[in-house]
Amino acid sequence: MPAFPQAAREALGNAQLRANLAHATGTIRAKRAAVVAEVEDWEELRLAGAAIKDATLLRLDEHLLRLEAALQARGALVHWARDAAEACAVVAEVARAHGVDEVVKVKSMATQEIGLNEALAAEGIAAWETDLAELIVQLGDDLPSHILVPAIHRNRAEIRDIFARAMGAAGRPAPADLTDDPARLAEAARLHLREKFLRARVAVSGANFAVADTGTLVVVESEGNGRMCLTLPEVLVSVVGIEKVVPTWSGLEVFLQLLPRSSTGERMNPYTSTWTGVTPGDGPQEVHVVLLDNGRTRALADEVGRQALRCIRCSACLNVCPVYERTGGHAYGSVYPGPIGAILNPLLRGVGQDAQTDSLPYASTLCGACFEVCPVRIDIPEVLVHLRSQVVDAHRGGLPRPEAVAMRGGAWAFARPRRWAFVERAGGLLGRAVGRLGVRRLPWPASAWTRARDLPPVPRRPFRSWWLREGSRS
Amino acid sequence: MVTCLGDALFPDVGRATVSLLRRLGVGVEVPTGQTCCAQPMVNTGYLEEAVPVVRTFVEAFAGYDAVVAPSGSCAGSVRHQHALVARRAGDPALAEAVARTAPRVHELSEFLTDVLGVEDVGATFAHRVTYHPTCHSLRLLDVGDRPTRLLRAVRGLELLELPHAQECCGFGGTFAVKNADTSVVIGQDKARHVLDTGAEVLVASDSSCLMHVGGILSRQRAGVRVMHLAEVLAATGSP
Repeated sequence: MPAFPQAAREALGNAQLRANLAHATGTIRAKRAAVVAEVEDWEELRLAGAAIKDATLLRLDEHLLRLEAALQARGALVHWARDAAEACAVVAEVARAHGVDEVVKVKSMATQEIGLNEALAAEGIAAWETDLAELIVQLGDDLPSHILVPAIHRNRAEIRDIFARAMGAAGRPAPADLTDDPARLAEAARLHLREKFLRARVAVSGANFAVADTGTLVVVESEGNGRMCLTLPEVLVSVVGIEKVVPTWSGLEVFLQLLPRSSTGERMNPYTSTWTGVTPGDGPQEVHVVLLDNGRTRALADEVGRQALRCIRCSACLNVCPVYERTGGHAYGSVYPGPIGAILNPLLRGVGQDAQTDSLPYASTLCGACFEVCPVRIDIPEVLVHLRSQVVDAHRGGLPRPEAVAMRGGAWAFARPRRWAFVERAGGLLGRAVGRLGVRRLPWPASAWTRARDLPPVPRRPFRSWWLREGSRS
Repeated sequence: MVTCLGDALFPDVGRATVSLLRRLGVGVEVPTGQTCCAQPMVNTGYLEEAVPVVRTFVEAFAGYDAVVAPSGSCAGSVRHQHALVARRAGDPALAEAVARTAPRVHELSEFLTDVLGVEDVGATFAHRVTYHPTCHSLRLLDVGDRPTRLLRAVRGLELLELPHAQECCGFGGTFAVKNADTSVVIGQDKARHVLDTGAEVLVASDSSCLMHVGGILSRQRAGVRVMHLAEVLAATGSP
């Protein structure tokens, strides 16, 4: 995966993609703003959400053990997974034990993060996504571009073509006369999926929340496909990030208010499913819960960065981000795109190891719009700057990069007023000389600036010399 | 406080700030010991390099009643980042100096409205103007409608509403060169919104954002001038 600036360049060149993104994020942004404005105590809710998450994260070990005990008491089988490979192995083992070659899935960020579909495919097990947008992405052999609206980068005509082309190979084919009318597209998806729900014996889900008190897992969704997956099959495996735990039902109440308004711009999500272990004679009779770390304890150990673990995956930050709006999700090289991805990926993976991860904290103008809308008050700009300093520190020693030379040079000049005055004068002389010579190509970083922007003319003399000669006396 | 960018490239902004404040009866000093607020280093992740720059800043501004900056971004940097840099330096004396200086730093529109208590600064500027509220003024400092209140009181000035005003212009400090392509595309959208207003002049409180959007407008030969808020408020109508 290329570093962000290169990946972004590709997306910026795709006018259709940018139009789709601008339209979709603009629409959802307006919806969110309207429903958030209805809630008088929104700020208090945000503070409560952040406080509950923070308190839980500081005693995460205790809450997880309580969750495990409660789950086991209700007949669920609990597995602990340190990383993606361990988590995928658990799911594959359950599928093998039941002799199935396919599973149905509720949309789940955790299973995308660990590459579960690909891992199962390698074992000869097909994993069918049942969320409409995930289905579009899966059938299009594509990657999700948004946390909540994975197919945000696709328009209706593109979706019609994907359904017509790919549904047949995956199950019930699309009707021959399929149009790009939304109702017709939804109907085709409904029929295609219904066949899979009724056939599958094993389902895989994630969870939006896990209540430690009672061992209850919670999924919120809009389409009802999740409810189908959670109730129809004989066996259910839920892969849950360890940061999803909330201690009590009264804590859950806060998040069930914050999440739908922030994510879909709805007052309430259409479906809220909760399940607690096994209920004899009702729903799956074998329930597995995989508690997933995969870098979360690494993020937890970072005092500034740990606030990212408050994230409830609402994607409000994506929808207001000027960078995401132009580049889309793929440029971030992860299932977590946008501002939250720019901090979460480096926190989960660690910085200083690959150029792609190290480029993510810089994929932001630090405009602060993400912090403003975050329902759990993650100060994303603060964490971005913190992670940038970690990236810089990881590359100290060895041959300095041009940027480091420039920054150290700047700091050297700014450390002493006389040096700065000298550099400023020299720069001004050089700038005017270059201007008179009509030089067109300047070295980096001026080259990166002047490709599409004019530089301001270099003034005859800087402010400082005016002040010294006239300003201070007038 | 004259920002490093203002000092080197936009001296008229500093001169306008000085003349505006003097017109309002404020005794103005520009300490020559100042250089930069260290924001370029901090925001790019060079915290260690920022330490001596912050030290120079607090030394230069020790002992003044108020520090006025014609930049929301730089004022925000002082108020929100200097403490972080002092912590990184592990220097309690520096942390204390920062804690003394930072609260006395005001962005220009804050100083005029909150400290001096004026909205009509006696300016005359007979042009069609639109205002971009710059992200750091808006979100880091929460200056709200102070700048537009000041502009509305300017004689002859017609203030036109900028569509999507609260969206970033795409400058973002070193983002403008590290992610130059994305920066330009965001800026081109901002420039389009400016042109949609029919304004002759785009005004903002940060020279950096103006340099970026102005650079794009200039490349497009759009015929729209960019000016800093201080320049408009200092204008008296006689050329």
